[in-house]
Amino acid sequence: MTLDPACLEYSRRHHGMDHDLYPYSSLFARPDVLWPGDKKIAVGVLVSLEWFPIVPGKAPFKAPGHMQTAYPDYRHYTSREYGTRVGFYRLLDAFAARSIRASIAVNAAIAERYPSIIADIIAAGHEIVAHSTDMDGTIDSTLPETEERAIIRAARDTLAAATGTVPCGWLSIARQQSWNTPRLLVEEGFAYACDWVNDELPYIQSTAAGPLVAVPFNHELSDRQIITVEQHSAESYVEQMQDACNWLAGEAQSRMLPLHVTPYIMGLPFRMAAFETLLDWLVARGDCAFLAGAELAAPFLQGLKP
Amino acid sequence: MRVDEKDPGLYDFRPWRDRAPIRWPGGKTCAVWISPNLEYYEIDPPINPHRKSWPQIHPDVVGYGHRDYGNRVGHWRMADLMSKHGFPGSVSLSVALCQHIPEVVADAEARGWEFFSHGIYNTRYSYGMDEAQERAMIEDAIHTVREATGQTIRGWLAPALTHTPRTLDLIAEYGLTYTCDLYHDDQPGPVKVASGRLMSMPYSLEVNDHYGFFVYNMSPRDYADVLIRQFDRLAAEGEASGTVMCIPLHAYLIGQPHRIGAFEEVLRHIAADGRAWITTAGEIADHFLSTGAYAAAEADAARYGAGAEA
Repeated sequence: MTLDPACLEYSRRHHGMDHDLYPYSSLFARPDVLWPGDKKIAVGVLVSLEWFPIVPGKAPFKAPGHMQTAYPDYRHYTSREYGTRVGFYRLLDAFAARSIRASIAVNAAIAERYPSIIADIIAAGHEIVAHSTDMDGTIDSTLPETEERAIIRAARDTLAAATGTVPCGWLSIARQQSWNTPRLLVEEGFAYACDWVNDELPYIQSTAAGPLVAVPFNHELSDRQIITVEQHSAESYVEQMQDACNWLAGEAQSRMLPLHVTPYIMGLPFRMAAFETLLDWLVARGDCAFLAGAELAAPFLQGLKP
Repeated sequence: MRVDEKDPGLYDFRPWRDRAPIRWPGGKTCAVWISPNLEYYEIDPPINPHRKSWPQIHPDVVGYGHRDYGNRVGHWRMADLMSKHGFPGSVSLSVALCQHIPEVVADAEARGWEFFSHGIYNTRYSYGMDEAQERAMIEDAIHTVREATGQTIRGWLAPALTHTPRTLDLIAEYGLTYTCDLYHDDQPGPVKVASGRLMSMPYSLEVNDHYGFFVYNMSPRDYADVLIRQFDRLAAEGEASGTVMCIPLHAYLIGQPHRIGAFEEVLRHIAADGRAWITTAGEIADHFLSTGAYAAAEADAARYGAGAEA
């Protein structure tokens, strides 16, 4: 038996990364970032607001949370809708009660189907992040560039029309990109994306069309990972986020704590009290600034200006 | 190994009781070594027909980014904590990290850590290699680590735990002294190879952070409790005959902010206990090979029949 010699070629084995998207950088070797109010920790709250067609399309891959059973999958279709109708409003109320500004990553289909939700988000002062078209709007490198660009434009333009503001932030479904995604996002006017989880502070990615800020919403700290994938309780989630916050607060430089939550996961009655406890705990610390994605990206965008 | 036979013939049977006792230096009962896996995963590796590298079409942004977090963030956090509590690392190294991110390798070296090989990349697998190809990989690992750090590797943990039937014979022939790929014991022991002398170094899947978090779905504090219980038991049993506890880590997992604090309690517990020989894989191997323990283990095995004469 012999392995195809192509499996033993190391053409990108050289100093630095094996791609050109960003250079290597240790978190601990960078200049400190100054968050508004000189707070130690920037808490980025990101809510994914998703719409799953009950008839899944021929997407590059099936989004996490999508339909599971033979047609018609009432249980998953309606469980996801529960998050949008009920859970999301629990989250909105929880944020309002604590004057917390969040980023809401919205499928364009939400704006088309439920315009009042967009009005509620805007009235509350939250940022809207473009989150593809609907949960069939997945992207990977099998998707032709023209189709990917059409998805990005459709999401951007639908949300811009619904809100009166062109979104500057992007979140891909399941954070999955193609080789083209960062460049297409820059070409279509986006300033930052939330897909890359390789860091704990925003940093600059380079594309042929210009720079894009990567704002890392670490999936390891998301409710999807901790509660749905690892099957921990909401109380354990809270303890883990508190442990994370305490650790970050003890490090020398400013840090970012991502809170990525999903209405149909965290917005359930038996989990909400735990989540509200966490929000209260973070507010009471006094060293946390709740920043939307654009505010997290801002210090790094400024660094790009000549 | 005995290719295609039901028993691969890797080692002889030796029951946990009735062994010549191992005595660690200073009267310690459990040799504790930490094995940070310092790895490089490629964003677009060639596809080995026997195993896929990434679940998603390349680039698998979350998979790749998660591993990259280990080198940008997790390593530094984990390494500082280990140094703070007096634990050296015995690094399971994707040797291409010496080229890609020499900062991480230099940091480990500056802390006095030792290196053994975990292949070229953790996205390249040994499956399907012919002998010349596998020799080239082993020689590459030896040369790359020597050039980058001055150290001569003495151990092997197969890249992504992928082997061929000849891996153990080859690493022994190249003068390596231990393998971390066999999980049959809580003490070192002889491994049967065609030439040279090879020992098994207890590593661990069961208390590996990857298994803890993603196979058993443990919370950070539950994983810490598991490590403490593992140590307490092995330290107690080691009163009769010294045991080995390895803590295999991945900076992209244990270096996460929600996990590292609970892990610090483990280091604090083991360091304060007094029964731990806090050491490296190389020192454990030296001790086992130089004090007659290797020969004593062979003599123990000789009392147990069939497997002994193979």
